[in-house]
Amino acid sequence: MERVSSLAGAITEPLQAHRRLLAAATFALLGLVDILVFARFAGHSQATFALSLPDAQITVPSLHVPAAPTAYALGAVSLAAAVARAVREPSQRLRRWLIAVVLLCFVISLLCWADAGKIPLNLVNLLQSTVAFSIPLVLGALAGCLCERSGVINIAIEGQLLMGAFGSAIVASAFGTLWLGLLTGSLAGGLIGVLLAVFAIRYLVDQVILGVVLNVLASGLTGYLYDRALVPFQNTLNSPTTFPAVKVPLLGDIPILGPIFFDSTVFLYLSYALIIAVQVGLFSTRWGLRARAVGEHPVAADTVGINVLATRYRNVILGGLIAGIGGAWLTLGSVGSFGKDMSSGMGYIALAALVFGRWTPLGAVAAALLFGFTSALQSIMATLNVPIPSNILLMAPYVATIVAVAGLVGRGRAPRADGKPYVTS
Amino acid sequence: MTEQGGVGGSAPRASTDPGGTEPGRPPFGKVIIQAIIQGNSVVVTVAAFAAAIVIGGLLIAFTDPVVLHAWSQFTAAPGNAFAQAWDSAAGAYAAMFEGAIINPHTVASALQYNSISAAFQTGSVSAIFDPLSETAVNATPLIFAGLSVALAFRAGLFNIGGTSQFIGGALLATWLGFGVPLPLVLHAIVVLIGAFAGGAAIGWVVGALKAWTGAHEVIVTIMLNYVMIYLLSWLLGTSAMQRPGRADLITPFIDGNAQLPHLAGPSLRINASFLIALAAAAGVWWLLQRSTIGFEFRSVGANPRAARTAGMSVTGSWVLVMTIAGGLAGLAASAVVQGTDHTLTFQSYGTYGIDAITVALLGRARPLGTVLAALLFGALHAGGVAMQGLTQTPVDIVTVIQALIVMFIAAPPLVRAMFRLRGARAAGPEQALAKGWNG
Amino acid sequence: MKLELRGITKRFGSLVANDHIDLTVAPGQIHALLGENGAGKTTLMNVLYGLTRPDEGEILLDGQAREFRSPADAIGAGIGMVHQHFMLVPVFTVTENVTLGVERTRWPGLLDRRRARREVRELSQRYGLNVNPDAYVENLPVGVQQRVEIIKALLREANVLILDEPTAVLTPGETEDLFRIMRELKAGGRSIIFISHKLREVQAIADTITVIRRGSVVGQRPPTATGSELASLMVGRPVELRVHKEPARPGAVVLDADGLTVPDDQGNPAVKDLSLQVHAGEIVGIAGVQGNGQTELCEALVGLRPVGAGRLRLDGDDISRQTTRQRLAGGMGYIPEDRTEDGLVGDFPVADNIILDVYHRAPYARGIALDLGQVDSTAVSRVSEFDIRTTSVQAPTSTLSGGNQQKVILAREIGRDLRVLVASQPTRGLDVGSIEFVHRRIVEQRDQGVAVLIISSELDEIYALADRIAVMYEGRITGIRPPTVPVAELGLLMTGADGGPAGEPAGTEAPAGTEAQQLYVPQPAEQEAPPAPPGDGHD
Repeated sequence: MERVSSLAGAITEPLQAHRRLLAAATFALLGLVDILVFARFAGHSQATFALSLPDAQITVPSLHVPAAPTAYALGAVSLAAAVARAVREPSQRLRRWLIAVVLLCFVISLLCWADAGKIPLNLVNLLQSTVAFSIPLVLGALAGCLCERSGVINIAIEGQLLMGAFGSAIVASAFGTLWLGLLTGSLAGGLIGVLLAVFAIRYLVDQVILGVVLNVLASGLTGYLYDRALVPFQNTLNSPTTFPAVKVPLLGDIPILGPIFFDSTVFLYLSYALIIAVQVGLFSTRWGLRARAVGEHPVAADTVGINVLATRYRNVILGGLIAGIGGAWLTLGSVGSFGKDMSSGMGYIALAALVFGRWTPLGAVAAALLFGFTSALQSIMATLNVPIPSNILLMAPYVATIVAVAGLVGRGRAPRADGKPYVTS
Repeated sequence: MTEQGGVGGSAPRASTDPGGTEPGRPPFGKVIIQAIIQGNSVVVTVAAFAAAIVIGGLLIAFTDPVVLHAWSQFTAAPGNAFAQAWDSAAGAYAAMFEGAIINPHTVASALQYNSISAAFQTGSVSAIFDPLSETAVNATPLIFAGLSVALAFRAGLFNIGGTSQFIGGALLATWLGFGVPLPLVLHAIVVLIGAFAGGAAIGWVVGALKAWTGAHEVIVTIMLNYVMIYLLSWLLGTSAMQRPGRADLITPFIDGNAQLPHLAGPSLRINASFLIALAAAAGVWWLLQRSTIGFEFRSVGANPRAARTAGMSVTGSWVLVMTIAGGLAGLAASAVVQGTDHTLTFQSYGTYGIDAITVALLGRARPLGTVLAALLFGALHAGGVAMQGLTQTPVDIVTVIQALIVMFIAAPPLVRAMFRLRGARAAGPEQALAKGWNG
Repeated sequence: MKLELRGITKRFGSLVANDHIDLTVAPGQIHALLGENGAGKTTLMNVLYGLTRPDEGEILLDGQAREFRSPADAIGAGIGMVHQHFMLVPVFTVTENVTLGVERTRWPGLLDRRRARREVRELSQRYGLNVNPDAYVENLPVGVQQRVEIIKALLREANVLILDEPTAVLTPGETEDLFRIMRELKAGGRSIIFISHKLREVQAIADTITVIRRGSVVGQRPPTATGSELASLMVGRPVELRVHKEPARPGAVVLDADGLTVPDDQGNPAVKDLSLQVHAGEIVGIAGVQGNGQTELCEALVGLRPVGAGRLRLDGDDISRQTTRQRLAGGMGYIPEDRTEDGLVGDFPVADNIILDVYHRAPYARGIALDLGQVDSTAVSRVSEFDIRTTSVQAPTSTLSGGNQQKVILAREIGRDLRVLVASQPTRGLDVGSIEFVHRRIVEQRDQGVAVLIISSELDEIYALADRIAVMYEGRITGIRPPTVPVAELGLLMTGADGGPAGEPAGTEAPAGTEAQQLYVPQPAEQEAPPAPPGDGHD
């Protein structure tokens, strides 16, 4: 029946068993790093993790763990997971848990080793910046999710972020209104969404190429306008302020969790709303059912009276609007002004998060948090004088994604009609 | 006969001569007129270029403070508003032309000399050819990288990884260039091979991952780009690669023996790398059109299932084509490291990897087309630099024009509609390239 | 509801798919639309269902002209369609698929899954469809998927139900089930348009039969019309009902599958412990409903899919681990079931497709250099030898008609010296002329001593060609019979019922009627069950 879509499967089919071993091997490798690197070089000292910020009202006592034994134990857990993975194909749920456990073990071992015998590492601070760094990734991945679930590949997240950052900076600066800037940023991302939609849906341009070209266009356009307008008029056009952090009453005072999740800018709260909206919308509403049907089997959707093209237009443009908000975060939520090519690959990490999260909103959010964590870790490790070049840490999300698409992620998770234009006679 | 009557199957294309021989060729002039009316690919290409230039011109004009000022007083002096807009855009494009093709001033100054030899001696003659030399120099890495994308494309793979392969080639070539003393000629060849091998290794990773694990090459190449960028950033800061006495990310100069010779004297940057690029284009053409390997690549690209059923190794083709494509992108690094810069910096990889996609697309994934497209974009880049110097128009406008050209090229119906060309509404070959994550 | 189509015309370029078609379907009627592949039946129904806009003509419901711009309009007017290729989203549940487009929602706009599930269950029970509302469609057998499609139409309160070639994927038993459901729907006052090219089924279930040929209505007949009358109406000339072939003279075993087990894409065995021998100079036909492991078997034979267990021998040599290229070089020919997907590179010229699996050998290649002149001259001679209708050997193969595309594949495969030919669904979707051509060539190969294995889900084709019939069910051979076996018995074997004794290799005791009992394409009902020849062993 589904002859065409099984193409890749037919060609690399015998790899099913390889995949299982490959995943196990990856687990084992991480476990061995836990033991042979982190545990071995941790020494006999303790690692100390602070659990509250300096200005917290309720302080939580810091956590002291023996670094080497912890890393040994966690490495052993990872090896056990590797064995479990190799022996038998586990259920999908178990598979995901195994991945999560192994990654967690790896991260904790890494922290134990990095912090052994040094000043306390503030976990709350680390996780707070993790969440902050994740915002554009989460929003970008949600944008990708909306597009790709309806069958349009979105490589242009990078361009949408960049346009969003540019639009929000210039408007917020010129009019002095942050909210107007946020709105403009969203619309600027939506503009790239419109171009993506029109060229992919109306003109059937290959969506991978189109995405890349749109990123080039966004980069060129913002770069040109930056040099032409923002540099000479830095004060009037490129100096918006940033949104202030708003602490949620009550929730914001919860120890540990409060500062991480409930004391941030409006971007974080918007992200919460959008995550819920996309998740519930895609899986529990009429709109989502139809959108997913269009992404899986557009002909079937068409035969029951669903307007395939309109559904795709709507989703792609909505996605652009969401990614634009992520772009606005870059200027209005973080840096405070626009810089050339300031999205610096975040759109591609968001795409990676989407793939890593198997095209589900929650999976993508989890992956975005993981990637955000590596960024946060990288900036904190620099202060700890850890003998790992920061460049290697910065590679981590990308390497993880390659490992994921090669070994850990099952095939055929992408919506079946993703990237295929729909043409009626 | 029922043979042709099957309603479901598509009937053979209407032809005046069913016998199978070539129909008589219409006169050349008629062909051109026909092509323009029906908007075939060449006309669409030209039209797309024109459209992008016009939009770019509007962008130049209407971000120019002088023009904006004139337009703010439009009601008082409408003629001036238009004139200023025209001057702004035309001035920028004129500067671009002078920087990319020929500059009348240099010609004029050369003509002042009484004798040809005097003109040569003062360097006025080479000044005339400097724009063309710059165009060729800018085009050379684009030819290599564009061929890389085009070749992979013909085998059905998207090589978005030009950047990573460039860096792979650059790292190996540079290291061989400054770290390994070798005699003249041999050194240049070894470094050239190193550039190919470094890129090929990265390309091989992509092909092998796809063949053995099914990992989608688009995702892998994008991710590898960043991996390699961070690797470059790290390695250039290590004692093995960093130029002694420097704090920034730059390597020592490569040996003079490893540098590629200039083609037209030391004052013009054009060098042997340009010829190597043309040879590579010819080689890719032969490989694709005249060899069994190319036949396999094209079969795998057009219908991998049928290729496999016919006994070809689809996975083997993927690995091989990505290795060669990676090598070609690595040669782009040779053009920069051996040809012009003679050193490697963190900025060396530029935007070649991404530009290559636009080059290959504009060249319709054919070697000759890729060369022509690379020359065009090389001219835009060379001219863009001159334009920025003369008219303060930011060079990024070239990137915008480049992206617009490719978007228009990819959507022939849009271009036909803009220029009111008639054309087949049916899906063109462009659409055969569309593919999703599932292969 | 009375449905009328008046003067429906649809053109695709220069092709007239429907030429002024008139059709009236009375309420509570099962109206069969009979025509061979490519006659324009499906186009007509797509027009009726709003998927295709007609160039001319009108659609009337109860005397009122209606215009269907989209399926939504058709659905709203009470028209339902079960497509030949099911329109189901594999990763959705039955309930999600059924309610897609008419979703039940509750406050504040969320899907009301409970209500939807209840409605699906009720419909399933009322018509005896036996479908689990929570099952994922990708896990259901095709027969059940078809019932999901019917529920889909019923939930939308379809008064006119279009069934497009619904029996193509069903066993004879499942077909009976479907007919029972159709009669029940009819009893409930619904009209059914039944599209088919199978005479037997049309005669069994229809109240009225309209025959379409090359886009036009060529006649209307009651179900009592004889098979040969309908057949000649459908094809447009008196149909030659027989393949001329001599009795087989089988030689030594050429292809020997011994305990073959082949995994499917998910790693579950699709072919289970299958043993089968094909002798030189005989045609073995594998009958069975699609999806019982035939595809996997073919792919394993050719080397496109690894053999899980067991052994495969060609002329006594173990080829189980050989690559496809090695097997092709060893004398295997393969006609894949999906011509455009597996058999041809559509964008390539005819010439390139003719050498698609020999391009790397002399005389086409010297080292890695291709000899284009040689390619061209070979192509030219094959094109004339196989009567391939093309403007030139450089024309893209996708511009050829289906029959001519299949000839390109034939020219390539039997243009080599073969030891064994594996042909899967060799005439699917072809018109009668092309079918005759392909059959003739296959029999020719047999007569030259090639071992031929035909896999077909068309019983008529199996009867027409095979010297021995092997029936495949759930990855196993449930029985091997001589071609004189009654349809009913094959039907039983196709549902897994254990048959009687296995057939001998044809020719060891050639049954008396072998040379002329083969009927194909339109098989008149009177001769549905070929008489069992005297002396044949089955009970």
